[in-house]
Amino acid sequence: MPTGSIQAASPSARGHRADAGAKHRSTMDALFRGTSLAFAVLVLVILGAILLVLLFQSSEAFLRFGPSFLWSSDWDPVRDLYGALPSAYGTVVSSLIAILIAGPVGIGVAVFLTEMAPPWLSRPVGLGIELLAAIPSIIYGMWGLFVLAPWLNRVFYAQLQEHFGFLPLFKGPSLGISMLTGGLILAVMILPFIASVTRDVFRLIPPMLKESAYGLGSTTWEVIRNVVIPYGRSGIVGAIFLGLGRALGETMAVTFVIGNSHVISASLLSPSNTISSTLANEFAEATTPLHVSSLVALGLILFLITTLILSLAKFLLWRMEKALPGGSKR
Amino acid sequence: MQRRLAWSAAVMAATTLLTAWAAGTFSGAGATFPYPLYARWSHAYRALTGSAFNYQSIGSGGGILQIQRGTVDYGASEYPLPPKDLDRHGLVQFPMVVGVVVPVVHLPGTDLRPVRLTPELLADLFLGRVARWNDPRIKALNPGMDLPDLAVGIVARADGSGTTWLFTRYLSRVHPGFASRVGVGPSVKWPSGIAAKGNEGVASYVREVAGALGYVEYAYALQSGLRVVALETPGGTFAEPNRGSVHAALGREDWASNPGFELDLMDNTGPGGWPILGASYILLPREHKDPSKGRALLSYFSWCLREGAKAAEDLNYFPLPTKVVDRVEGHWKDNVRSGGRAIWP
Repeated sequence: MPTGSIQAASPSARGHRADAGAKHRSTMDALFRGTSLAFAVLVLVILGAILLVLLFQSSEAFLRFGPSFLWSSDWDPVRDLYGALPSAYGTVVSSLIAILIAGPVGIGVAVFLTEMAPPWLSRPVGLGIELLAAIPSIIYGMWGLFVLAPWLNRVFYAQLQEHFGFLPLFKGPSLGISMLTGGLILAVMILPFIASVTRDVFRLIPPMLKESAYGLGSTTWEVIRNVVIPYGRSGIVGAIFLGLGRALGETMAVTFVIGNSHVISASLLSPSNTISSTLANEFAEATTPLHVSSLVALGLILFLITTLILSLAKFLLWRMEKALPGGSKR
Repeated sequence: MQRRLAWSAAVMAATTLLTAWAAGTFSGAGATFPYPLYARWSHAYRALTGSAFNYQSIGSGGGILQIQRGTVDYGASEYPLPPKDLDRHGLVQFPMVVGVVVPVVHLPGTDLRPVRLTPELLADLFLGRVARWNDPRIKALNPGMDLPDLAVGIVARADGSGTTWLFTRYLSRVHPGFASRVGVGPSVKWPSGIAAKGNEGVASYVREVAGALGYVEYAYALQSGLRVVALETPGGTFAEPNRGSVHAALGREDWASNPGFELDLMDNTGPGGWPILGASYILLPREHKDPSKGRALLSYFSWCLREGAKAAEDLNYFPLPTKVVDRVEGHWKDNVRSGGRAIWP
């Protein structure tokens, strides 16, 4: 990108006399290029440094427990035994619940705002969604604990257990504070990201495409189904993975409503734990070196999960972009 | 005239700075539970003497680590270090204030009478072995109380804390099964239930969840207005958590003679004494290069223990009995030194 703009600027520079001004300008260019390169490299250096520190400080836990740290479900500070599975499982499952709910809803909101809502409605709703993204997560957490969880337990979970209680997913006593509540609060939190990114993607679709489709007699549904969604597909995937990334790392709100229990249960109504809430809860009072090291190891695992998911997103986008020009819809 | 003013202002500023320097600034770190009290003491003492005793509530584990590394002047912990650790790091440990842990319950209805439990039954509840509130064992202890057919939801502390340490130590003492299954620690693996961060987190979970049973510090039990548990004490009387029962327990034993001042009343509360309590500790280096600095630290703690008792009671902490304070100061005399010489009094 920077090389393109430099080339674009040089013909106009040639038009002027080759004087001190031009020379000055070229040193400025070099300086600018150097600084921006340094900034870009800094990101990689910081990332590498984080990874090194995580590896170094988690080595004690990995040396002690070996790879079984990854799949052991013990977390017992009294006996100094640690395993990552409950927290890692909670992180992945709560984020999946969030994305399963916020994904379709977010896309629906974006479709409504760009294709159907009258301007007097779409502006305030769009603004409202962006404001949702600005609410601090601790506020979501407190709202989740004091309002959402009791209400869910009294109304929604009671119904779930009455009608679907035979499923292992909804078995066991329900306290309102559970994996499902954690996933739901995450869904509320990532919805604005998915909705606003998807809306921006839909706005970029050339009106001519949509108008042609309407001109051929398509209904609104057919235009959305056959033009808007396929055209914005890679943007939608990007938005969903952005939301997923945020859900994986979210800490405070989840800590409030997930129950912070190092247990793996098939039931979504049981309390669970995530990596980031375990870190938030236990870091300050971790007394043994092995406990601290195990917490850092959890951090490393979260780092790897996030990297894996982002790579997956890049891979999907890359495949779509490769597929698009060839299979360019009719 | 103006120059004169400027001069006197400068001199005044210099003297203030000098006295501040002479009076000294000390830093401490550790337990979160006594933080409000330490902040209040430090504020009052600064107004009185000009010495600043800054305190960061980073948690007992952090406080112990910092004083072992010597990055702070004093550490604070909610659980006592064993004597061999004190010897290894050259530290002296003494109690500052007493903390009390209270089990709290949430049962629907307007009845706010304390739920009577035996110590063993309390441990069985936290082990998940008594699943419902209308269990015959609970009913037998609470005749006439409306105990619903409701699941018992255990609410524990998610973060490591002295509160959990104290509570698990008590349950382990009264129930061998709890000792082997769960054990004692600032954070433990609870067999069942949910966990929340901080005393206020546990209190709000208990308030939200019908059938919940949790444990919080005395001040939080008082403020939250939650229903408490009355525990059976030797001789068959039930102790409710209040000032009277805590003082009854504290007056029982000459705990100041325990190594490291460990407050261990759990077997010896006597009839009517509240059993779940423990001290919050200060850690200091035994050897001070600068005797005046060491003396300044001890003067502050002496002031807190004696003059600060009223402030402690105002904030719902329990100050140490006078005879224990005397023992603590005797301990300083024998153990805190500078170049081999005692610096206290």
